[in-house]
Amino acid sequence: MTEPNSTPLIEVRDLVKHFGSVIALGGVSMKVHAGEVLCLLGDNGAGKSTLIKTLSGVHAPTEGTFHVEGRPVSFQSPRDALDAGIATVYQDLAMIPLMSITRNFFMGREPLKGFFPFRHMDMAHADTVTREEMRRIGIDVRDPQQAVGTLSGGERQCVAIARAVYFGAKVLILDEPTSALGVAQTSMVLKYINQVRTKGLGVIFITHNVRHAFAVGNRFTVLNRGKTLGTHAKDEITIDELQNLMAGGKELQDLGAELGGTV
Amino acid sequence: MSDADAVPATPAQPDERLKQTTLMTRLLRRPELGALAGLILVTAFFMTVANPAMFSLAGIMNFMAPAAQLGILAIGAALLMVGGEFDLSVGSMVAFAGLAFGTVLVTWEMPLIVAIVATLVFAGGIGAMNGQIVLRTGLPSFIVTLAFLFILRGLTLVGLKWATDGATQLRGVKEAAGDSPFLELFSGEAFEGLFAMLAANGWIDTFRNGTPKVTGMPVEILWFAGIALVATWVLLRTKFGNWIFAAGGDANAARNSGVPVRRVKTILFMATAMCAALVAILTVLDAGSTDARRGFQKEFEAIIAAVIGGCLLTGGYGSAIGAFLGAIIFGMVLIGLTYTDIDQDWYLVFLGGMLLLAVLFNNFIRKRATGER
Repeated sequence: MTEPNSTPLIEVRDLVKHFGSVIALGGVSMKVHAGEVLCLLGDNGAGKSTLIKTLSGVHAPTEGTFHVEGRPVSFQSPRDALDAGIATVYQDLAMIPLMSITRNFFMGREPLKGFFPFRHMDMAHADTVTREEMRRIGIDVRDPQQAVGTLSGGERQCVAIARAVYFGAKVLILDEPTSALGVAQTSMVLKYINQVRTKGLGVIFITHNVRHAFAVGNRFTVLNRGKTLGTHAKDEITIDELQNLMAGGKELQDLGAELGGTV
Repeated sequence: MSDADAVPATPAQPDERLKQTTLMTRLLRRPELGALAGLILVTAFFMTVANPAMFSLAGIMNFMAPAAQLGILAIGAALLMVGGEFDLSVGSMVAFAGLAFGTVLVTWEMPLIVAIVATLVFAGGIGAMNGQIVLRTGLPSFIVTLAFLFILRGLTLVGLKWATDGATQLRGVKEAAGDSPFLELFSGEAFEGLFAMLAANGWIDTFRNGTPKVTGMPVEILWFAGIALVATWVLLRTKFGNWIFAAGGDANAARNSGVPVRRVKTILFMATAMCAALVAILTVLDAGSTDARRGFQKEFEAIIAAVIGGCLLTGGYGSAIGAFLGAIIFGMVLIGLTYTDIDQDWYLVFLGGMLLLAVLFNNFIRKRATGER
């Protein structure tokens, strides 16, 4: 697993982001190594979305350092982040339902053949690759030309992740990939996240579900009110401690006791 | 298949999976199916009701000419709609581009080719401006281009008076065009030799003196077919086509995947305006003059043809071939009624009915095809 001395794939230190008078991030530090899943936990409004968007090049940070494989970077657009090997899979913005699986899979990176002005998409190749990649993650695609709208939510997330992996991502940022899914679909996505990790990619898994996080995570960073509350390895912390840390403690404990420990 | 060596891990297995998709499902997935069904329906209707002269060669040319003029606009509108935007100013753009063309050609006495290029560039510029306003303000293109519907129509009136010292019609286009070698491309008929040959062999109808009743194919029909083919190829087979679907389907998702959504939409706005300019050039050269009413209400007809052709109003879905078929339906109904005993004024009723039917049908098909619930 992670050797602490290796260069992290992504390292941010004291990241600050202001939107006008709103301090969305007030000092976030975290790092991700190859072959590990870093879970980023935080309740609503903790600043998860802003952090993701900063890491993926949508927002430029106001202050703080951002290193990718030891080199300082400043992204101007999502394209820059993609080129640096950071791929973000958004919860519901990953796929376009009306477009075919193949068209979605290669969106923005279409394989071309032929010469100008007759350059065109190599559809046969794209279909073959799509079908092959889908089979690899265990989704039976009858026809890669079928619309993504026909896939289940879990399958869509898996397609989005598979796409990022296929195009050479080194770091995957997954924005609540399991929050809208049922039990079977959640385990399908979690299984796939684990598979991606063993391939040697770094994964940043954003969630507010501690159980999902504990199922695949190696380290856990808790975000609260725009700040990181520290990072814990899996063997240093229990599910309950993590839950309390994330929700800010006491009230939740009380509520949990009231509801018979089910929260 | 040459792709087999690109991905050697894939044996012949895909075929076995493909068979599970029935031909019916694949047909239903095509957006232009509704338009095709509509065209067959309308053809069958006129075959039974109309004078058989409608489907003679001359009759076909008769309804294909207006279909072509509308169709060029409709294909531009269709691509823009797939890209998720509207342009309600295309009808006024026809008039305004007609004015620009007439001014450069007649008033400034420039050669024909200069006037044509200038008109297209000018229209492209206005399209780009439309696009920039929509994209930079985030306002709905419906409202922004509705404003330009009036602005351009008004500017045409004002400009015509300025260019002609007070008239609302600019004449003398044919004289100004003279015998430019480019005239053949934009005016008159094509394949005249072929038609003469066919007539000589008795394969098409001739007058008693031996000249064919139809001496050639109007050039706008060729432009119409050519643009439909190019647009279809771009939409279905190129990277840019994929970007059009993506930009219209979900601009955010497309942007996150690295699609330059703004550039795509700006180019589409420009292309739509240039289609309008092409129609202006074709019709002004044909008529020999231009006036302020040119292209009146064509924007609605173009959008209706695109919708009949399977375009969704919400973007991300549609086809250029569909718009092609939709425009032919229009031409058939418009001209076809004159071949029947039916009152001409039923045209609008027929049109509205077609639109309603098409939208209902397309909605149903899309839900079936995409598994949307």
